[in-house]
Amino acid sequence: MIEVKNIEKSFEGTQVLKGISTTFEKGKTNLIIGQSGSGKTVLLKTLLGIHQSDNGSIAFDGRVYSELSRSEKRNLRTEIGMVFQGSALFDSMTVEENIAFPLRMFTDKSDAEIMQRVNEVINRVNLINANKKKPAEISGGMQKRVAIARAIVNNPKYLFCDEPNSGLDPKTAIVIDNLIQEITHEYGITTVINTHDMNSVLEIGEHIVFLKNGVLAWSGNNKEIIQTDNEDVVDFVYSSELFRMVRDAIRHIGNEKNK
Amino acid sequence: MIKSGLKNIGQYFIMLKEIFSKMTKWKVMKELIFKEIDDLIIGSLGIVCFLSFFVGGVVAIQTALNLTNPLIPKYLIGFATRQSVVLEFAPTFISIIMAGKMGSFITSSIGTMRVTEQIDALEVMGVSSLNYLVFPKLVAVFLYPFVIGISMFLGILGGWFGGVMGNFVTSEQFIIGLQDTFIPFHITYAFIKTFIFGFLLATIPSYFGYYMKGGALEVGKASTTSFVWTSVAIILTNYILTSLLLSN
Repeated sequence: MIEVKNIEKSFEGTQVLKGISTTFEKGKTNLIIGQSGSGKTVLLKTLLGIHQSDNGSIAFDGRVYSELSRSEKRNLRTEIGMVFQGSALFDSMTVEENIAFPLRMFTDKSDAEIMQRVNEVINRVNLINANKKKPAEISGGMQKRVAIARAIVNNPKYLFCDEPNSGLDPKTAIVIDNLIQEITHEYGITTVINTHDMNSVLEIGEHIVFLKNGVLAWSGNNKEIIQTDNEDVVDFVYSSELFRMVRDAIRHIGNEKNK
Repeated sequence: MIKSGLKNIGQYFIMLKEIFSKMTKWKVMKELIFKEIDDLIIGSLGIVCFLSFFVGGVVAIQTALNLTNPLIPKYLIGFATRQSVVLEFAPTFISIIMAGKMGSFITSSIGTMRVTEQIDALEVMGVSSLNYLVFPKLVAVFLYPFVIGISMFLGILGGWFGGVMGNFVTSEQFIIGLQDTFIPFHITYAFIKTFIFGFLLATIPSYFGYYMKGGALEVGKASTTSFVWTSVAIILTNYILTSLLLSN
């Protein structure tokens, strides 16, 4: 569980995060949504410790990040898995080496033990016949799978994903979403996903945080987001005609059932 | 501009300190060092050998063509080739060429890692990215004097080849020239320079790659900037070292 209390962050006099407080729960897919410039990426990078917050606190299962020593912060980082928007796989390494990287860096496992674990996660994310290939030789969807495999190989407690669906076709995007959700439930990870993708919001949004101009404007889950009348959320989520129709249809079905 | 220059210099020295913080596991580091030796040192040998041999030959031919006074002994061709190659061509000018080859490679590879968030990925995992990326390069350039040693040998060999095959000087005269008033400290001086230039070659391009911002176009710009500043640093350091080590 990650508890965020009153986080504020400014860049050169412009306040990007304005007192955000929320809780990202364990074993759930927590989504951060909002328009470009709403502060989603800054919030994610602040959670990751890439940015230092000006005010407020972030606690990882009770451990307040700003109060940890340098070595404790380093240890905490080994409990974090991250899936970057562009996958951020190491070009010079094969798929297998990319996935093995956190184990080689942070554990004393033998080569055989590392390969056993690597093969386990490769099977878990359904990566077929890609072990010896370089990232440039595989598709975007497969690169995401490798990134997920690398993020979970060292059994992280916290998984962060920055727009994991960007650049993927809708079908692959849903597969990746479901994979992240399954892994979150299976391993009891606290997963935080930064996304623009409304399919993801409706599909896997177990806890959704909506940011507007650096303020937490709404929070709820994928069922509540369909019912909400919050104007900002409706304006953002249902900006597309298709989603408005889906929402109306779902509401209509709900009303029919209630009759 | 002065403010930005001072900021860059300050940031460069902070980077040097950070390179040695939180060392990467030796098992991993060992492999990285061998890879960098292969990329930076072994990968540079071909071009260094080619340039050294032919430039050495040109130095000998040019010296011969300009020695028109019959009172000047022919063995000076060997002497001039040795002095030019050992004192300046091999350590300094090969280093400037390496600022282009090795430096651009370092800047563009680290810069691409920055653009594609690979450096962020290392940091998020808890890896000291500067130690992981730059320290192996620093260790690899300890072998740079080996490259310059080969350059010296081939430069002089090229000089002998150009002088003797062009009938400007006999082999015996050339060898007498090579041995004439030889000062062993000149070799020490050349290798002191080489060590320092190697350090600059590894760290300045790393700085420009690591702290670059933007996309693919900026990676190209960073490589060019890195070449310019590495060359400037080498030339200035060469001037200072020559004044300190060779002036009476």
